[in-house]
Amino acid sequence: MWSKSLLWPAVILLFLALPFVIDSNYYLSILIVIGLYTIIVQGLGILMGYAGQVSFGHAGFFGLGGYTVAILTTRFDWSPVFALIAAVILPGLIAAIIGRPTLKLRELYLALGTMGFGILIHTLFNEGRELTGGPSGISGIPYLSIGGLSFDSDIKFFYLVWAVVLLVLIGINNLIRSRVGRALRAISESEHAAETAGIDTGKLKLKAFIFSALLAGLAGGLYAFYITFISPSPFGFHTSVQFVLMAVVGGLGTFLGPLLGAALVVLLGELLRWVIPLVIPGAGGEYEIIFFGLILVFLMIFRPKGLGAFGKNLKPPAVKPSVAPE
Amino acid sequence: MSDQLLQLLFTGLTLGSIYSLIALALVTTFKVTGILNLAQGEFVAIGALLAISLYATGIPMFAAFILAIILVAIMGGCLERAAIHPARRASGLTLIIITLGLSISLRGLALLIWGTDTYSLPAFSQGGPLIIGGAVLNPQSFWILGLAVITLSVLYAFLGLTYAGKAVKAAVINRTAARLVGINPNTISFWAFVGSGALGAAAGIFIAPVTMSTYDMGFMLAIKGFVAAVIGGLNNIGGAVLGGLLLGVLESYSAGLISSGLKDGLAIIILLVVLMVKPHGILGLLGERKI
Repeated sequence: MWSKSLLWPAVILLFLALPFVIDSNYYLSILIVIGLYTIIVQGLGILMGYAGQVSFGHAGFFGLGGYTVAILTTRFDWSPVFALIAAVILPGLIAAIIGRPTLKLRELYLALGTMGFGILIHTLFNEGRELTGGPSGISGIPYLSIGGLSFDSDIKFFYLVWAVVLLVLIGINNLIRSRVGRALRAISESEHAAETAGIDTGKLKLKAFIFSALLAGLAGGLYAFYITFISPSPFGFHTSVQFVLMAVVGGLGTFLGPLLGAALVVLLGELLRWVIPLVIPGAGGEYEIIFFGLILVFLMIFRPKGLGAFGKNLKPPAVKPSVAPE
Repeated sequence: MSDQLLQLLFTGLTLGSIYSLIALALVTTFKVTGILNLAQGEFVAIGALLAISLYATGIPMFAAFILAIILVAIMGGCLERAAIHPARRASGLTLIIITLGLSISLRGLALLIWGTDTYSLPAFSQGGPLIIGGAVLNPQSFWILGLAVITLSVLYAFLGLTYAGKAVKAAVINRTAARLVGINPNTISFWAFVGSGALGAAAGIFIAPVTMSTYDMGFMLAIKGFVAAVIGGLNNIGGAVLGGLLLGVLESYSAGLISSGLKDGLAIIILLVVLMVKPHGILGLLGERKI
């Protein structure tokens, strides 16, 4: 596969040239949103693909990151960089609190716990008027500036987001090949076998969950700096469902699955938003969720490994055991 | 003051009995198939909306109810065959995502059929409120409580007296052992979804005259059902009923005595606290009980 080593740099270079080819802010903003979602789905993919757990509350962590940036920069005059760091840490802390007791139990307890958290935090965004601005949200978030560099245009932000995506991609790729990664893969193969081999599966699942929350918080913080305005509506339960859909569509436990899933679901959402009003006159955006639901059901039944068939599998060619244990 | 407490208790039990029915369906399905059915709330919403639409065509109210319950039960069975059965060997993660997909598809379907309007059903009986011990009680509450008791009795009779019921009960107690004595898990899974459909629809219809019915009413009701089931430990039927009643009463008291805005948030806070402190349910405090 090293014969293809020129392919990837070429693809990346072409991609980096995109902002100069696309002169529409609409398409550029779609690419930025895909990048932000990819960051979240990368973490969720680790949680789902390796730790075998699902979170129905990642929009909550995403929102928590966004609101942390919004509140710290506008209400407390924190510098953007520190606010972004806080936006990463806070969701991680909350994930540790929710995850510690629930992850020792079956997968559905984390599903329920995160679902509850997602709804609760969404309610808090709506109701905590003094801090969160209620349904009308918080505006006037400053641009992110690191050193003297201010990310005040879509093009700059495009590069920032995709640099983060690339870093996370490389980081996860290394993680999967490390000791922790081998342990995670062991859990995904067989939890009992992993435990027998001395892996503390509960602890590792918790780490995977915290890691996914940190990434969601990071994406949320970046989102707040990008839009410079925040309100509760993008962080509801349906967004959490969309993240799960992205992870599943792209393929769990694959290298490019999160990127593929985020891109396909965002593009499908844009397409549906455009097509549905033509087919069903007077229909609002709520209808797209039907399609997402159906896709989810069909994928899980017929292609539970997702569509990421051409994405390189993260699992390196395993040494086949001489006797396959059942 | 005591009048108010009595009234709130009564309101709480009324709501709680609805939660109990939903929790009951969730726990039965979970125990029999290992699946947490996230589409349960949509059974509730579609049951209520179907009954309202059928009643609007002019057929008697009682017939509309029975018909709606039967239709949703059939829908539950069809969904099990179409979506759960083909994936029955998949992991718990896959199955829970399938039910999530079903849930949002059904909600979308309800939106297509009924739109975003709110629908209401007249009370099951005419007449003003009853005054008992100084508390003002809505007659619909008696209907809800009475019907919930009847539904539970029918369910207990089914589980205790019929052959199919005993098979389900055996699968609830121990899935593997039930399989070993020749009870087909595929059949039981099918009937669990049929039963969930019927129970959910019944819960939706009973509550329809009290709350407005909308295509998305099932979401919050299902969450309450989950909370009730988790309070009961997701593990036994008695726990689900008790959890539902407890949640209803807690909600009613917190809304009546503290703040009405607290009502929906409370259930979720209870969910998170129970998951963190007592994830096997409060009945664990009383020692493990089966069924």
